[in-house]
Amino acid sequence: MKKLINKPEDFVRESLEGMAVAHSDLIKVNYDPTFVYRVDAPIRGKVAIISGGGSGHEPMHAGFVGRGMLDAACPGEVFTSPTPDQMLEAAKQVDGGAGILYIVKNYSGDVMNFEMATELVRSEGIPSLNILIDDDVAVKDSLYTQGRRGVGTTVLAEKICGAAAEEGYDLSQIANLCRRVNLHGRSMGIALTSCTTPAKGTPTFELGDGKIELGIGIHGEPGIERTDIKSVDEITEILTRSLIEDTGYTRTVREWHEDKGEWTDVELIDPPLVKGDRLLAFVNGMGGTPVSELYLVYRKLAEICQQQGLQIVRNLIGSYITSLEMQGCSITLLKLDDEIIRLWDAPVKTPSWRWGV
Amino acid sequence: MVTQAQILQWLQAFALEIEQNKTYLTELDAAIGDADHGINMDRGFKKAIAQLPNVADKDIGSILKTVSMTLISSIGGASGPLYGTWFLRASAVVVLKQQLTKQELLQLLQAGLDGVLQRGKAQLGDKTMIDVLSPAVAAFRQAVEENQTTVEAMQQAVVAAQKGLEETIPMQAKKGRASYLGERSIGHQDPGGTSAYLMLKSLLEVLQSSGE
Repeated sequence: MKKLINKPEDFVRESLEGMAVAHSDLIKVNYDPTFVYRVDAPIRGKVAIISGGGSGHEPMHAGFVGRGMLDAACPGEVFTSPTPDQMLEAAKQVDGGAGILYIVKNYSGDVMNFEMATELVRSEGIPSLNILIDDDVAVKDSLYTQGRRGVGTTVLAEKICGAAAEEGYDLSQIANLCRRVNLHGRSMGIALTSCTTPAKGTPTFELGDGKIELGIGIHGEPGIERTDIKSVDEITEILTRSLIEDTGYTRTVREWHEDKGEWTDVELIDPPLVKGDRLLAFVNGMGGTPVSELYLVYRKLAEICQQQGLQIVRNLIGSYITSLEMQGCSITLLKLDDEIIRLWDAPVKTPSWRWGV
Repeated sequence: MVTQAQILQWLQAFALEIEQNKTYLTELDAAIGDADHGINMDRGFKKAIAQLPNVADKDIGSILKTVSMTLISSIGGASGPLYGTWFLRASAVVVLKQQLTKQELLQLLQAGLDGVLQRGKAQLGDKTMIDVLSPAVAAFRQAVEENQTTVEAMQQAVVAAQKGLEETIPMQAKKGRASYLGERSIGHQDPGGTSAYLMLKSLLEVLQSSGE
């Protein structure tokens, strides 16, 4: 293992210490329990948006804390969900009196820890809801698996919901918006190489020369199929077709029911993409892929969308949700409407993402 | 009868078992998960053990609740909420107890299992710790109904747990990260089931070594 680290066990903390020093105008970091929060939090009367997950996906989530995006982020150990006490203390720190929305990626650990946090936060008298992001079309069904994983759409949901919170949306409006972004967003990724967590010191899976892992997750877990390396045009074609042709994904998720005061199962179905839809196209690097290669992906993606009668009206290209130093990419397509476009274009000022300010 | 002192010994023994099997658990997890089960469990149980001196003179319910809270706040991943919930629910049925009858130990094991079922939503056959805990509780219950001793009942539970653990090998995972592998998860022993087996085995060993 060759990494720019001191000791593996200090990796997460020292990275956050660096962030805190670099961006003291935007964020503060609390340790024990660990969370990153907006320097100007709590903001009175504004719904607070909190996300979190294992470390190793930087800049997500801590890099997105700031005006127009997250109020707080809870980083866990590398590829390990954070814990409910972090989420509870973060909520208490940033609660502005309008409630907390937790944006949660659909991984078993994240889901359970955030559910426990939601229960704890509610017991403190702070209204809170959690919305799951499950947009990875590589996972075909929800009956025999944990269900689709939360990947690229998470980044887009954090930007869009963050803007809505700044505009003064209330908690249930933001929860509905977040659910809508999730249902209209879909992603798929590939890996050219594995990645190595500092604690383990060896690659999380073996991927031979000339092989790629199709449908990769973001935690260094293997994807759905191993195949021979192909040209970027062929790879982009596979990913894009999988997204465009994906229809009718149905799953049951557990959401907090405000009136009943308990967890309830809700059935949700993704609407399909149709000709004429306006899209946001997000080409994401996995951490070890240069942006030049991402533009090759975008080039082919734009061509296919045009052929299919889909209009890309916004795009995002770069490494925003990563797996340490993994080489590879993911594509996310999000169906847009006027409201979501307005929120997308709204100002944002965070360590890793800023425009309009 | 299980005493408060035996409960404390069991927690120490389980933590030691986790430490000794840290690499093994992580390797099992690398095959079908994300290669951190041993690392996370070891971190959590080391912290839980460090809390035991603060509750050394407390009742069994308080001890288990302290362990639960420490696990919930220090393991993370899926194991944190699952083991945290197991200990939390187990603690709730033995509040203020200084010792447990075999019926009370049965209630404890059943409550832990019910908590994990509710939190994780897994079913028997999904290739999870349920495949170990569920048959173990059933075997313990049957032994109690047949009026066997606590140690004998625990022996039956561990035999059933070991059988359940072996049966996870040919299963296809339907919960957790291993489920994304589909058929590729077949042929590997479940890491969470393995740590659950170690938990029951260490309890048996403590009961055997210190008698009834």
